[in-house]
Amino acid sequence: MLGFSVNGKRVEVDVDPSTPLLWVIREQLGLTGTKYGCGMSQCGACTVHINGEAVRSCVAPVSRAAGKSVTTIEGLSPDLSNPLQRAWLEEDVPQCGYCQSGQLMSAAVLLRDKPSPTDEDIDEAMTGNICRCGTYPRIRRAIHRAAEMVAKGGAR
Amino acid sequence: MIGRKMIAGKVGRAGASTRVERRDFLKFSIAASGGLLIGFRFPGISTLASAQQASVDVFMPNAFVRIGTDERVTVIVNHSEMGQGVYTSLPMLLAEELDADWTKVGFEPAPVDPKYNHPAFGMQMTGGSSSVWSGLEQFRQAGAAARAMLIAAAAQQWNVDATTCRTDSGAVFHGSNDKLTYGQLVSAAAKLTPPAHVQLKDPKTFKLIGKPIKRLDTPEKLNGKAVFGIDVQLPGMLTAVIARPPIFGAKLKSFDDSRARSMPGVRKVVEVPAGVAVIADSFWQAKTARDALRVNWDEGSMASFSTGPMMQDFRERAKSPGKSVRKDGDAAGALASAAKKIEAVYEVPYLSHLMMEPLNCVVDLRADSCEVWTGSQFQTVDRANAAKVAGLPNEKVQLHTTFLGGGFGRRANPQSDFVVEAVHVAKAAGAPVKVIWTREDDMAGGWYRPAFLHAIEGGVDAGGNAVSWRSRLVGQSIMAGTPFAAMMMKGKEYDPASVEGVDDLPYAIPNVTVESHQAEVNVPVQWLRSVGHSHTAFAVECFVDELAGLAQKDPYQFRRQLLLKQPRHLGVLDLAAQKAGWGKPLPKGMGRGIAVHFAFESYSAHVAEVSVTEGKIRVHRMVCAIDCGQYVNPGIIAAQTEGGAIFGASAALFQELTFESGRLQQTNFHTFPVMRMNECPEIETYIVENNEKSGGIGEPGVPCAAPAIANAVFAATGKRIRRLPIRMTEAV
Repeated sequence: MLGFSVNGKRVEVDVDPSTPLLWVIREQLGLTGTKYGCGMSQCGACTVHINGEAVRSCVAPVSRAAGKSVTTIEGLSPDLSNPLQRAWLEEDVPQCGYCQSGQLMSAAVLLRDKPSPTDEDIDEAMTGNICRCGTYPRIRRAIHRAAEMVAKGGAR
Repeated sequence: MIGRKMIAGKVGRAGASTRVERRDFLKFSIAASGGLLIGFRFPGISTLASAQQASVDVFMPNAFVRIGTDERVTVIVNHSEMGQGVYTSLPMLLAEELDADWTKVGFEPAPVDPKYNHPAFGMQMTGGSSSVWSGLEQFRQAGAAARAMLIAAAAQQWNVDATTCRTDSGAVFHGSNDKLTYGQLVSAAAKLTPPAHVQLKDPKTFKLIGKPIKRLDTPEKLNGKAVFGIDVQLPGMLTAVIARPPIFGAKLKSFDDSRARSMPGVRKVVEVPAGVAVIADSFWQAKTARDALRVNWDEGSMASFSTGPMMQDFRERAKSPGKSVRKDGDAAGALASAAKKIEAVYEVPYLSHLMMEPLNCVVDLRADSCEVWTGSQFQTVDRANAAKVAGLPNEKVQLHTTFLGGGFGRRANPQSDFVVEAVHVAKAAGAPVKVIWTREDDMAGGWYRPAFLHAIEGGVDAGGNAVSWRSRLVGQSIMAGTPFAAMMMKGKEYDPASVEGVDDLPYAIPNVTVESHQAEVNVPVQWLRSVGHSHTAFAVECFVDELAGLAQKDPYQFRRQLLLKQPRHLGVLDLAAQKAGWGKPLPKGMGRGIAVHFAFESYSAHVAEVSVTEGKIRVHRMVCAIDCGQYVNPGIIAAQTEGGAIFGASAALFQELTFESGRLQQTNFHTFPVMRMNECPEIETYIVENNEKSGGIGEPGVPCAAPAIANAVFAATGKRIRRLPIRMTEAV
C-alpha cells in the first residue's frame, strides 16, 4: 500500500508503484478532472501539484507522491472561488475544456510564485500546456485578471 | 473506491434523465393527432395523455425543451459540444423566444432519435459549421411554442385573453399585479395542445441573441466535473488498449501474448478486427501489457509507401489535365498572350486532427441492449454501426454523447472506427469496457486531412490586370468509398470537398480553369476543420499575392480591384486591412500579409504580422475580420475566430505527417507540434454587422491563417512560401 494525501484527504492505494500518478488519480481515486493527453510530459493536460509544485502526472510514478500532498483540479477550490477560476469565468476561457484543468494548475503555481506575472512569466510558466482549441489569448488575459483580483484582495 | 462511486453516480444521472425524457416522448406519442410545427413534428396531447399528465412536474412541449416546477429550463441540444459553444448558442435561441430567465437555463445532450436529426443533413450529427444556422428556426420555434403554451395556461387561470399577457424572465404577467412563474405553470401548460403557428420575436426586441453571453458549460470545465468520454466510469468496467497495425492495411498474422497475459490486472487478450485487444482492470495495466505483446503482421502493399515519392507522383500528375471543375473563358489562350506570367506549385501535407482528448469509447453490451458513451459528432451513423456489430436493432442501442475534448471532424468517422472496435472488444470482454487510444495510437490511426498539391499558372496584361488563372489540384478524395460519396459527389467526376474554395474563385479574372486529379492512396482520409478550404485558401491566396507581385501592385489593393463585385469579400478585406493599419510602416525585418476567403457561408479575412530571424518565423499579431451574417453570440464568434487562426497557424508553421516504408514518422506532440503560449500572437477579431443570412463560425477562421502568414513572410523576406509547414530553407 502506498499512502499520500489528495486534496487534503489521506488515501491509500494498492498499485504498482511505477504506475503514473495520473492513472491512479483518475482510475483508483475517481478524480477524472486531471486529463490524459500525451503520456510523455508534452501537453500538460495532466498537471497536478505535489507539495505545491506543478508536476506532469502522466510521467510521475505514483511512488513519487508517497507521503506527500497532491492537489488536483478538484482541490483548487470547491466552489470556483479561486481567483483563477473566477478570472477564467470572466474571460470565458474554455472551448472544449479538456486542457483547462492542466492550464489552471500550472497557472496556480505561477500566480503563487509571481503574484504580478509579466507576459514573459506567463510564456515561461504556461508553454508546457497545449490547448488545441487555441484559448491562449484568453488564458493570458485571465491570468492577468486573476493577478489583479489577488492584488486588490477581493478574491477569497 | 470513493471516486468510482461518484463518477458512476454521474453517469447514472445522465441515464436517468434520458429515461425521463423518453417516457415523455412516449406519453406524447400516445396521441394520434400530429401537429406540424415548422420543421419538426410533435404530437398533440389527447385527453388520455392529459389525464396521465395531471401529476407531472415537467412540461415538455416539444423535443427541445423541458421546464420543471423548480423553474429549471433544460434545453435539449442535438449538436455535440466540442468547444464551439453550441451548448450555449442553441439554448440562447430557445431561451430568447421563451423569455426564459437565463440564470435558470441549462443544457442536456440529446439522445439519438430522428427528432434530433440535422434539419439540413437528415441525420444526427455535428459538422460543417452548421449547428447555429441550421438550428436557428428549430430552436426559436421550440421556445416560442413553449412560451405560447405557458401564456395560454396563465390566461386560462386568470380568465383573461392571452393576448393581454406578457412574458419576461421566466414568468407570465397580466396587468400590474398578476404574475405566474413558468414553474408554477408547468402542470397546466402540459395539458394544453401546442399551437400550430407561433409568432417569432422582432429581432429588435432580442435580449439574448446578439449578446456576448457567457458560456453555460464553463463552470464545470474549471473544476474537473465536466464528463468527457474518457472520464466515464461504470461499475465493474474494464479498460482495453489495442495493438494496432503499424501500417495501413497490414493484417494480423500471429501474436504471442504469453508475457502480456501473466501481467497484473490483465483479464483477456483477444483478437479483434482492429488488432489485438488487451483487456485489463486499469489503463496502465492494459497499456503496459499491450506493449509487451509480440505481434506479427503481414504488412501488405503499403509497406513500400512513402510520402516523398507520393508527392513526386502528384507533381507528375499535375502536368496533365485533370477532370474539369470550372472553365470560364480560355485560360490557356489568355495565358499565352499575357504580358507577364507566373507558375507556382503549392503543397500541403497530411494532417492529424490531434484532439486533446485521444479517441476512446465506453460500451456496456448486454444480451438485449447496448449502451455506448463517447464524444461523437456522428450519432446516427455511430449508433447504426454499433448496432450492426452488436447484432441488435438500432433502438436497442443507446448512445450517450459526452463532452468532446475536441472534434475537428475526427469524431465524425463514416465507419465509426472508434465505436465499432469498442463494441467488438465489449463482446469479448463480457463486462463494460472502455477502449482508450494512446496519443500514439490516435496519431497513427489515420483519417487525416489529405495531402494536396496545387499547380497554378496565371498571367497579367500590360496594365497589370489579372487575365488568366489555371489551377490543377492533385489529392485524395475524402468522400470516395464512404456511404456519402454518391450524395456528396452528385454525379460529378471530382470530389467537391477537394476543390471547395478554388472552384468558387471570387476574383474578377475573365479566364479561369480549375481541374482536379483524384489520387488513389490507401491512407484513410477525412474532413478536418475547414476541410478543403484548409489547403485551397493557402494555394489561392498565396498565388493571388504572387500575381500582385507580377503586376507590381500592393497585395491588398490588387485584391480590392478584383473583388469590386463581391461586397462581402470586400467588407472583411477592408475591415481587416483597416484595423491592421495596412500600409503603415513596420519595424525592419517584419512583414504584413493578407488573405480573404469564403467558407461555410461566412467571409473571413486575416492580416498577419511576422518577423523572420535566422530562419525562424514569429507571428506577432493577427487581425481577423469575420462576416457570418446575423449572429447569435459575438463572444463565441470571437473565440472561434481566435481559435481558428491558431489552428491554421499551427498547421502553417509546424505540422506535417510523413510516411516512410508505410510507417508514420510522427508519434506525439513533440514531432507533430501545436502552437504554444509563447508562440501565440496577439489576435484581434472584428465582426461585420449586417442582416445577411447566418453562416458558420467553427471553421471559417482557419483557412486565412496560413496564406496571411505566408504572404507576411514574403513581405518580410522577399521569399515565397509554396509548401506547408513553412520552412525558410524551402522558400523561393
